[in-house]
Amino acid sequence: MKFQQIDQYAAHLASDKRASVYGGTKSGYDARLRALTTSYTAPDHLRKLAGNIKQHTIENLDTYLPQVEAKLQSNGVQVHWAGDADEACAHVLRIMRARAATKIVKAKTMVSEEIGLAPYLEKEGIECLETDLGEFIIQIDHDHPSHIVKPIIHKNRREIATSFEKNGLGAYNDDPQVITLRARQFLRHKYLEANVGISGANFVSAESGRLVLVTNEGNSRFSIAATKVHIALVGIEKIVPKDRDLEIFLNLLARSATGQQLTSYTEFIRGPKSTTQPDGPEEMHVIFVDNGRTDVLADECRPILRCIRCSACLNVCPIYRQASGHAYRAVYPGPVGAVLSPLLAGKRFSEMADLPKASTLCGACNEVCPVNIPIPDLLLRLRDRGKKEKSEAAAAATPPMGGFAILASSPLLWKTALKAGVLAPLVPPSVMPAAGKTWVTTRGLPEWRGGKFRQWMKNRKKS
Amino acid sequence: MIKNRAVFDAAFSLKMRQEGLPPFVPLRFDARLLWIFPPIPLIFYLRDSAHKSKLPSLSRHSLNMADITFNRPAGKRVQLMATCLCDAFFDDAAAAVVEVLEHLGCEIDFPEDQTCCGQPAFNSGDWNSSRKVVRHALKVFSGDAPVIVPSASCAAMMFHGALLAFEKEPDYPAMEKFAGRVWEFTDYIVNGLGIKKWPGRYNGTVAFHRSCHSRGTNTGPAALALLESIEGLKVLPFGESEQCCGFGGTFSVTFPNISKSMGELKLDHILAAAPDQIVSIDQSCLMNLSGLAAKGGRPIKTVHIAQILRDALKNPAK
Ligand code: SF4
Repeated sequence: MKFQQIDQYAAHLASDKRASVYGGTKSGYDARLRALTTSYTAPDHLRKLAGNIKQHTIENLDTYLPQVEAKLQSNGVQVHWAGDADEACAHVLRIMRARAATKIVKAKTMVSEEIGLAPYLEKEGIECLETDLGEFIIQIDHDHPSHIVKPIIHKNRREIATSFEKNGLGAYNDDPQVITLRARQFLRHKYLEANVGISGANFVSAESGRLVLVTNEGNSRFSIAATKVHIALVGIEKIVPKDRDLEIFLNLLARSATGQQLTSYTEFIRGPKSTTQPDGPEEMHVIFVDNGRTDVLADECRPILRCIRCSACLNVCPIYRQASGHAYRAVYPGPVGAVLSPLLAGKRFSEMADLPKASTLCGACNEVCPVNIPIPDLLLRLRDRGKKEKSEAAAAATPPMGGFAILASSPLLWKTALKAGVLAPLVPPSVMPAAGKTWVTTRGLPEWRGGKFRQWMKNRKKS
Repeated sequence: MIKNRAVFDAAFSLKMRQEGLPPFVPLRFDARLLWIFPPIPLIFYLRDSAHKSKLPSLSRHSLNMADITFNRPAGKRVQLMATCLCDAFFDDAAAAVVEVLEHLGCEIDFPEDQTCCGQPAFNSGDWNSSRKVVRHALKVFSGDAPVIVPSASCAAMMFHGALLAFEKEPDYPAMEKFAGRVWEFTDYIVNGLGIKKWPGRYNGTVAFHRSCHSRGTNTGPAALALLESIEGLKVLPFGESEQCCGFGGTFSVTFPNISKSMGELKLDHILAAAPDQIVSIDQSCLMNLSGLAAKGGRPIKTVHIAQILRDALKNPAK
């Protein structure tokens, strides 16, 4: 392969898409910074603390998972375990069939995206409607989310208005308020028609079995309130040890994701409706999804399982800003995706091993991450693995380093090369190595002054 | 403590709340267990066996990159690692480093056999080749004097990157010892020698590009403090200063389109502030920016921070 796929994607990205992504990420970055620095004098300490709590949790999942299972069961929740995507989807289908249910309203969950739930259920004749506005737009457009928090960051309102018109949701009108209103009207009926509500979970407390959901549209609340069955799809890394820990995570998540002190809706769900409650689901299921996560846990890159999906690393990432989320060819884009996607790909690691190369290792992602994940280090580890596994995707356009290593570990060769470098400008571009050619087509080369410093040092010693 | 959940939990949360930073409990890795239980990626396995014994252990520095703190030697007999870019292109920056350090009373040893820090290979994923180069550096810079590196990026390679690459190598302890002697140039001046105000005078305006590899270290604040303390020098603010210049070593040729767009954006922001020059702690960022600027027909002067410090010394303060 001659080119890196993400670089090619960026090169061909339409400029209005790039502008949308840039605007959305920049405003996200600014809002985050404002929210964190106005609330806390030392947000960095909080990030580290949160990172350590999460690291502790994932390293002790063997304790916390059985604990949370027992808690959930005593709260009246049915717990299911899914090793992979198919198993998770099959659990949902089984629950649907048992109730002869055919209609689902679904709040935003990345896990459902990951396991391909909607297409799976569609094939079985079950309607699975997205109720988050962004995800709803993605669904009617047959598109894919390109950002974790703002799934339609790559779209502008004119595009959205056009697809609303196409889908019979009223004549063209690109006023965001009108768009929202129309979606709301359409969805209201759907909530009442549906039998089952599906959500994810941002956190699950091992202490109490409480599920925590954060949204800004209140759609998850509607989905759960209007249906008789609530199914929550939860990645096994979503556990926190105690209810008390939610304090730090909720504070950090809202600020890091959207720059809010707290999201508009924060739901704490303990189980199905109790006998004294007038409304709410009669049945509640939690499906814990592994889908490659235990492999990640067994890997050196396991700190990535601390991730609370806030998207701060996407927003700050210059590569994400240039290339957009779709360039990453996976559900999780940006820096977190560049680590997680190849790992979750399992046997297909090699195909995805170019993702970790899409970074200058500038460390901005690590700096903003609310759980302080050393993303650049993890990217580096995956580059090493990609090289060892001889991934073609990773090797594309990468200059070979063997020669450099020989040169740089032999002082004699090194000093000779320093002198010989003066001849470099005489080399015609046609016979240059590929890397040199690329450099000189985009940038000027500084004057070669190899060995001059060494000479200066020597003369200085003499005098 | 780990065995007793209640005790551990209580101690864990108490300590964390009090100190802000919890003690990390490292896991013991017993390779023999891999024989008996090969890692089965099954949630059931995870739930009912002592999976912890099978997790590869991670060293502290690889869990939290930004926690790099060393008790480094700060004597005035130092070794200079000039970096390969200064060796090949930017001799005056390296000369300025020498003059500045000598002004501060340092005695400088420049090991003649030095080459490169190994970062190009490390970053492009060829850790084998990288280790070859790092081992050479390890040999060349023997002893226990502070090693001064006029580049945040090469310094970070030596005190952090190399530790990752050597995690499973038998000479890791030697590497760790070496890493504990490495200083970025301005970090050494400010935090090693305790110099907070730079003497002399330098007339003009600069845009200070914080090298990305200084994130999570003391280098950025140190360099900025030095610059801002110089009489006559004005450090101009500019937009999105936290963003990378797009160089990233081999990234610049592996991802040429993205790299170029990033660099152009950085230039847009810097040039909008209209400084006389761009100053940085890393010659590599400067080489990238000046190369792009020249090719794009909007040349701008770039200068290594050591050159500013040296030139300031030549002009007495008013
Ligand atoms: S890796 Fe960190 S910054 Fe990125 S989405 Fe996850 S928690 Fe947020």
